[in-house]
Amino acid sequence: MTMREQIEAAAARYPDQRSAIMPALVIAQREHGHLPGPVLEEVADILGVERMWVYELATFYTLFHTEPVGLFHLQLCDNVSCMLCRAEDLLRHLEEVLEIKKGGTTPDGLFTLSTVECLGACEMAPVMQVGNDYHGNLDVVRIDALLESLR
Amino acid sequence: MFEPVLLKNIDVPDSHLLSTYEAGGGYQALAKALREYSPDDVIELVKQSNLRGRGGAGFPTGMKWSFVPKQAGKPKYLCCNADEGEPGTFKDRIIMERDPHQLIEGLALSAYAIGADTAYVYIRGEYVTAIRRLEQAIAQAREKSYIGANVLGSDFKFTVHVHCGAGAYICGEETAMLESLEGKRAQPRLKPPFPAVAGLYSSPTVINNVETLACVPHIVMRGPAWFRGIGPDRSPGPKLYCLSGQVRKPGLYELPMGIALRELVEEHAGGPLPGRRIKAVIPGGVSAPVIPEDGLEVGMDFDSLAAAGSMLGSAGVVVIDDSTCMVKVSTRIVEFFHHESCGKCTPCREGLNWAVKVLRRIETGEGEPGDLEQLEMLCKGIFGNTFCALGDGAAMGLRAALKHFRDEFVAHIEERRCPFH
Ligand SMILES: NC(=O)C1=CN([C@@H]2O[C@H](COP(=O)(O)OP(=O)(O)OC[C@H]3O[C@@H](n4cnc5c(N)ncnc54)[C@H](O)[C@@H]3O)[C@@H](O)[C@H]2O)C=CC1
Ligand SMILES: Cc1cc2nc3c(=O)[nH]c(=O)nc-3n(C[C@H](O)[C@H](O)[C@H](O)COP(=O)(O)O)c2cc1C
Ligand code: SF4
Ligand code: FES
Repeated sequence: MTMREQIEAAAARYPDQRSAIMPALVIAQREHGHLPGPVLEEVADILGVERMWVYELATFYTLFHTEPVGLFHLQLCDNVSCMLCRAEDLLRHLEEVLEIKKGGTTPDGLFTLSTVECLGACEMAPVMQVGNDYHGNLDVVRIDALLESLR
Repeated sequence: MFEPVLLKNIDVPDSHLLSTYEAGGGYQALAKALREYSPDDVIELVKQSNLRGRGGAGFPTGMKWSFVPKQAGKPKYLCCNADEGEPGTFKDRIIMERDPHQLIEGLALSAYAIGADTAYVYIRGEYVTAIRRLEQAIAQAREKSYIGANVLGSDFKFTVHVHCGAGAYICGEETAMLESLEGKRAQPRLKPPFPAVAGLYSSPTVINNVETLACVPHIVMRGPAWFRGIGPDRSPGPKLYCLSGQVRKPGLYELPMGIALRELVEEHAGGPLPGRRIKAVIPGGVSAPVIPEDGLEVGMDFDSLAAAGSMLGSAGVVVIDDSTCMVKVSTRIVEFFHHESCGKCTPCREGLNWAVKVLRRIETGEGEPGDLEQLEMLCKGIFGNTFCALGDGAAMGLRAALKHFRDEFVAHIEERRCPFH
């Protein structure tokens, strides 16, 4: 299905087109990797809603990216349960081996490193989300193996 | 031995499939309700069960359903709160990943009871597996007519849609969730009117947590007396407890409401890590005030924890041992609330910003005499003065840490360093 078709199918679930902006942004981000201005405008046009409404949501919610991110977005949880299980050590290690600071992207565009709030998987703390997958019970050895498998 | 109810299928292979759910007696409650009970009968059963909301506030579910006006002249909506963002909490994710049909049956029963024909399940966007499993389960349920135009051949009509969040804790606050579902920035609305009267698109709307809805098929099948027989009569039922932090066996445990926090942590979750002693436990996600080790006899139910100055909240039980600095824990928690504040009201937005600055300087050994009084003043300014409960949760938690672990805060200021580093 084209992006337009997917968005129209999603919009059919709501009595009001404005409700479909979030699902439409999810679809658009899946198709384009991130959400630059022209994509936001296209979403607004497909749904027939104010462009402002679309911009507003794209910037409010943290899972939407208006700037490009690395191919693999490493999202390390550093909230309390993960902190208690030494997530900080993992952050330091990741910064060292990737030679970037949190928030940064490696020059080859492969990895972006972020810390995030609780991922809702504290039973396997410390946890990191990479793309759609959760990786839990992490330590330095597992992190190295994970990076290796991604490269 | 307590027989699991909500988690009874969880370890069965392919527990997320319809065939597994049906083999365990699934969808019989829905069939029974459509055959034997009127919508009002279902509300009455839930009222009599004393089921209280598992999202954290403990509001009586049957009562909430009965507030939905019978003749509204507008469609009614059911929303399931699956945003689960409270740090320390992961129970709803596990229900949706491992037993999504249990939720769907609960949704169908609830929709039948309140007279809604559409439900939206608002799931946080990170929960990719849960989203996929639930969507798959919805498709399977539709094929077997547990969802659709004529549910099980009756004239009850029911549709479920999944709506994915996009990373904002505040969307878990029910009115912020409604704003988000309407395609707006997630900022809470003033209550009243409560959503039961004017919610999604200004229509009567019931919002319930995943675990709350998952209880409903069991209440319909086994009766309210059975449910009330588990745990304290005013706060009864099977309960999911999320154990995490510095504890030997972190994980999801299903036990009766009211179980002693000490038994939960020390017997079920295996107690502290080798060579460590427990210092404190947060019993209900980071919004819940911390309980020092000598308070662990408290029962894990809404009323007992409230009486002890804390709350059951989302039952995210976070265990903290004697190697950990409470100033650091408190700082991280307040940073979280500050980061997630939607910015709508000043005491929360500015007060938390200020509190984070003071806490950070105390933790790094640059605290000054008077800082603790300043933190207390900030808590006083926030508590009770905000639009939604996010600000209250932050203030209550910080107050409790200052009260129970004052000596650690003082040591940071006097020694001009963190004694734990
Ligand atoms: N599960 C999680 O991830 C999180 C849970 N929480 C919990 O949320 C709780 C606060 O939630 P709130 O929704 O602000 O609490 P609340 O007490 O305002 O409402 C609880 C429920 O009862 C309903 N209600 C209350 N009075 C009513 C009335 N007179 N008529 C009709 N309906 C009525 C509300 O609509 C809502 O559904 C905290 O106790 C905290 O534990 C907080 C953060 C995250
Ligand atoms: C800041 C904030 C975040 C919340 N997050 C959640 C949440 O993630 N999941 C949830 O079920 N309830 C959450 N709640 C509570 C909801 O507002 C609401 O009380 C609940 O969904 C009602 O369902 P219940 O009666 O079944 O518990 C939150 C409340 C606040 C103030
Ligand atoms: S208390 Fe905080 S999160 Fe709630 S409405 Fe006010 S600013 Fe927003
Ligand atoms: S605190 Fe890291 S997953 Fe919950």
